[in-house]
Amino acid sequence: MKIIKTISRHPHGSEDLVSFQIPASAGTTNFMKYIPVIGLEIHVELKTASKMFCQCSADYFAKPPNSNTCPVCLGMPGALPVPNETAVNWTMKIGKALNCQLASLSKFDRKHYFYPDLPKGYQISQYVEPIAVNGYLKLKGKKFRVQRVHLEEDTGKLIHSGKDTLVDFNRSGVPLVEIVTEPDFDNSNDVKEFLQELHTIIKYLDVSDADMEKGSMRLEPNISVRVCHPGLDPGSQKDSLVHENDKLPLPPYKVEVKNINSFNFVKKAIDYEVKRHLEILEKGETPIQETRGFVEADSSTKSQRSKEETHDYRYFPDPDIPPLSFSADYLSATVGSLPELPAAKTNRFIKKFGLKEADAFLLTRDKEVAGYFEKCLTLVKGSRIVEDLPQKLANAILNKRVTLNLGPDKFVQSVVELYKPKATDMEKLDAAVKSVLAKNQSAVEEYKKGKERVIMFLVGQVMREMKGQADPLKVKKELAGKLKR
Amino acid sequence: MKLFGKSLLELKKLVTQKEVSAPEVSSYFRKRIAKYNGVLNAFLSVVAEDGGLPIGVKDNFCTRGVRTTASAKVLDDFIPPYESTVTDRLKKNQLTVIGKTNMDAWAHGSSTETSDYGPTKNPWDTTRAPGGSSGGSAAAVSAYLAPAAIGSETAGSIRQPASWCGVVGLKPTFGRVSRYGVVAMGSSFDCPGPITATVEDAAFILGLIAGRDRYDATSSPRPVPDYLSSLAERRKLTVGVAEEYFDSVNVEVKAAVEKAVEIFQKLGHRVKKVRLLSPKYSISVYTVLQRAEVSSNLARYDGIRYGGSRAFFAAEAKKRIMLGAYTLSYGYYDAFYKKAQKVRTLIIKNFKEIFNDVDVIISPTAPITALKLGEFEKYPFFGEVMDILNEPAAVAGIPAVNIPCGTDTNGLPIGLQIMGNYFKEETLLSLAYQFEKETEFFGVIKKGIENYKDD
Ligand SMILES: [Zn+2]
Repeated sequence: MKIIKTISRHPHGSEDLVSFQIPASAGTTNFMKYIPVIGLEIHVELKTASKMFCQCSADYFAKPPNSNTCPVCLGMPGALPVPNETAVNWTMKIGKALNCQLASLSKFDRKHYFYPDLPKGYQISQYVEPIAVNGYLKLKGKKFRVQRVHLEEDTGKLIHSGKDTLVDFNRSGVPLVEIVTEPDFDNSNDVKEFLQELHTIIKYLDVSDADMEKGSMRLEPNISVRVCHPGLDPGSQKDSLVHENDKLPLPPYKVEVKNINSFNFVKKAIDYEVKRHLEILEKGETPIQETRGFVEADSSTKSQRSKEETHDYRYFPDPDIPPLSFSADYLSATVGSLPELPAAKTNRFIKKFGLKEADAFLLTRDKEVAGYFEKCLTLVKGSRIVEDLPQKLANAILNKRVTLNLGPDKFVQSVVELYKPKATDMEKLDAAVKSVLAKNQSAVEEYKKGKERVIMFLVGQVMREMKGQADPLKVKKELAGKLKR
Repeated sequence: MKLFGKSLLELKKLVTQKEVSAPEVSSYFRKRIAKYNGVLNAFLSVVAEDGGLPIGVKDNFCTRGVRTTASAKVLDDFIPPYESTVTDRLKKNQLTVIGKTNMDAWAHGSSTETSDYGPTKNPWDTTRAPGGSSGGSAAAVSAYLAPAAIGSETAGSIRQPASWCGVVGLKPTFGRVSRYGVVAMGSSFDCPGPITATVEDAAFILGLIAGRDRYDATSSPRPVPDYLSSLAERRKLTVGVAEEYFDSVNVEVKAAVEKAVEIFQKLGHRVKKVRLLSPKYSISVYTVLQRAEVSSNLARYDGIRYGGSRAFFAAEAKKRIMLGAYTLSYGYYDAFYKKAQKVRTLIIKNFKEIFNDVDVIISPTAPITALKLGEFEKYPFFGEVMDILNEPAAVAGIPAVNIPCGTDTNGLPIGLQIMGNYFKEETLLSLAYQFEKETEFFGVIKKGIENYKDD
């Protein structure tokens, strides 16, 4: 077996090497490098009150089939679409949260294809003038570009029952936002992190349930692997904000894996695909361009249709919907209405409260939890009873030391109770210190040789002896005094 | 009470004065339909429902519970679960749909011969076509099978049959009347409008159906003027006449329109020669864009949710679907659709400029009078050529009205069209009304009705 390494060459990228095993019989690889090229399409259903182009409820979940429909979303003769303003506004918010430019003029286009769950024979989507373009999301110093954020309508659903296929149009016309990234990913870990961050952002914006199980967030990676020949070393390009993808031609094929409903499955699908492509490339062949489906049972993918069968969608501007134009005032009001986003909140928690980065990150994954944390802090303003209270509160929340079912006020009380200095029985402490020092001669030796950190071990031992009924600071002071002598 | 030949507003007055009841009026017209529809085939279905005064409605308007086919076998058994905005507004104003009128299937045509339910006959000569696609509505009004009717235009489908059947037909500004519930043909052109025996009736009906509709995003929020009372104003106008609209027009038609121009002058209007883009450009634009939109609009008829399968599409629709799909295809879009949109913009600009100088533009409605049934097959793109003088207004989206201005040596009606600036329907109607008061349309409308007496 020969190991071929693909190196994550992001300028600020982690050093991790992703290894792929290739059969030894494969041709010579003389330092040939293979770099995965991955882009994402993400669909998010908005939780507006009504559907995208009609008055039906956008909440179709668990309703009797075809009960949540009207002439518009059933594609009746003569029915016309009227765009949902809230959906347009929310799409802008998503665009802005992804650092996109918002369009001052946007249009809806008709995208034609035939499928029984598509009532009009076309989907109203956005092709030429989407609501938002040219954004990015930064994660750990890496920048992943967002090509576009556009708005469209969801389709109905096919239900296969025995020999019959039935169509349920309850979902038909639900507002659906499509987010398309540039192919800026070269490993599945980054993809997973990106998707998790995006999910958090969507939840913060409160524009979608983003519930994968219900299908209100659907993920489609497109994957290919670039062959870098010796001599052409893109790794030397170290411009942090310009992607090497812009300087290199894309691989001559790409494989889309459709409608995946978990971040882990996306990661598995990508890992499976990259390995599959490598095996093909090693034989000197090119994988075929196709659409594949993820098979949960063995974390593999399966061919669905090859590109030759794909459609010419015959896009043209939908004559039923006048172009949307947005004033500068409207755009800036929309931008102004954005909540503090998770990344900003994380930074603020670090700066303002001195939280550890990892804890600040975890606390801000859920807007409710982050809000709870801040609420707690407002309740103990000025209190100096517990040292480093914000961090302790954070720990208590994250480690679930105290139940979150308590109201913030009770919660704060409990945390303060837990961490406030204990009354220390000085006689008992003196005895315990002596006993611990006697039992841990080697530690005492090390301390005396200058390994002062050892004292923390001794503090722990004393605390144990005292059954926790002591103020650790006092214990430390006492120990230090005795050791000096 | 003798109802024969009474206009819709006259009937309305009689009902208000309790001289006659609305159901009596409806039953009177149902009898006339029973008597003459066998010959004319103007109605596809008759509604046995009494309520307000009767009005005929083209069969591409969805009517809740009443079969709506757009004269296409694909929709043979289609009974809409909802009401079009136009018929809804009519009903709320005490008008009742007396029946659904025949048309070219999917409104694809200018003769009503492409109807899957057989052609409508021109009441003036039943060996001739009534024009189309609203041929059933025009014939119904012409033969007084309904006091008034609703048609719809994509390019000429109200004006041209109104011209050939010798009645008044108004195509409003695009967006003035809601398209909601009208089986879509060319969505960026489609305009519902009235076909009537008097200008007053046209103004009255337009007032009922015009205005913002929350179900049609392209409907205009502009307030609706009182068209009916503004008729009395007798405004003096500048009337534009463009040479380009008289090329290849039949001499008798040309002479009748020229005579009408003299009447306008006599009435104190200023006539001014203007130059307009040749209507031939509108043909090209319309042919490309309408087929593109048709190919898209007909994609929903898959037979899954309602209606028959796609096997029921007849030749004309299939031809349009193929041509339209072709022009929208990858690699052809720029050469066809996009280019056509650019020329459309130029045509719009051209009209806007001209309307700085004149209030209206007049021309013949159609280059010739009614053709014999079956003659159309000789001409590919028959509709486009027949509608050549209608297409510019359709492409630009401006309002235009047909009024009768005489008959030819075969005794067939000749129509004159008045085109106006965006949302200036009251200007067109005012001029048409002055012409009507002065000439009584040379007796054309009356003569048409007289051919279909009560007994
Ligand atoms: Zn609906």
